[in-house]
Amino acid sequence: MTFVADVVVSLKPVVNDPQGITVRDGLLRLGFAGVSSVRVGKHIQIEMEAEDEAAATAVVAEMCERLLRNPVIEDYRIDALRTVAASA
Amino acid sequence: MRFGVAVFPGTWSDRDCAHAVELAGHEPVMLWHKEHDLRGVDCVILPGGFSYGDYLRCGAVARFAPLMESVSAFAARGGLVWGICNGFQILCEAHLLPGALTRNASLQFRCEPSWLRVENTDSPFTSGCAPRDILEIPVSHGEGRYVAGIDVLDMLEASGRVAFRYVNRDGSAVGGESPNGSMRDIAGILNKEGNVLGMMPHPERACEPLLGSADGMRLFQCVAALVGEHGVFSSAGIR
Repeated sequence: MTFVADVVVSLKPVVNDPQGITVRDGLLRLGFAGVSSVRVGKHIQIEMEAEDEAAATAVVAEMCERLLRNPVIEDYRIDALRTVAASA
Repeated sequence: MRFGVAVFPGTWSDRDCAHAVELAGHEPVMLWHKEHDLRGVDCVILPGGFSYGDYLRCGAVARFAPLMESVSAFAARGGLVWGICNGFQILCEAHLLPGALTRNASLQFRCEPSWLRVENTDSPFTSGCAPRDILEIPVSHGEGRYVAGIDVLDMLEASGRVAFRYVNRDGSAVGGESPNGSMRDIAGILNKEGNVLGMMPHPERACEPLLGSADGMRLFQCVAALVGEHGVFSSAGIR
């Protein structure tokens, strides 16, 4: 089956995020006065073949551990995993 | 002596490093990222640049290059490995050095002179310096802010593994206002055994008075002198 996984990689809460601070300041300047904090991360979309959902989740988790995130500074979560019709 | 200079797609400081090695009177050996053979070099330099475009994270993909398998094994045997700028990022991604290098606090790419205080004079890279010597060596990076857990930072300091710290020109503390905002103003660190050095500034760009500083040459000469004296350097711990 073909799966699409949406992975979100974000800086750990204790790591300073100058991009997030800059975006927050921009939003405040635009008048979004309710904004208190912004964190900038990465969205990685992976299309892949796997036997079933459990297998796909396990493989994507391994990808995150080995390459997609740096465990020193980043966390990850698999945001969504859905099946798609195989492309023609 | 023979200095290996790693070349990944996107490496940009390889020829500058080779030039500095030649200026020091030694032989540069270019090492292609797809090769495993280190060709008998005495020290491997991982130079600056944007290996594999630095996509995903700086150094994240270079870490898996065939050459890096050999470099990791070489380092484990006590071989000298010197990561400069992107090379430092690669060494952290490869877990040969602790911590990580993140976007500069200023969000700017900073290319400018920097002043480094030598914090460790026991390492094979810095034993030619006196304690607290100030070296003028330029930085040129957008992602050089050194970060690590407090426990790791304390351990690095307690064990003398901070090699260089950013200071002002007069040697006074920058107090967090370094070119990249590194934690504790750290510019370069050593591994536990002292045979692996990572540093963000570019010593190869400070090897001729014409370029404004020849302080970087002292590091190249120091490595060469040690290897010349002992043959292939064998590490015995830095303390």
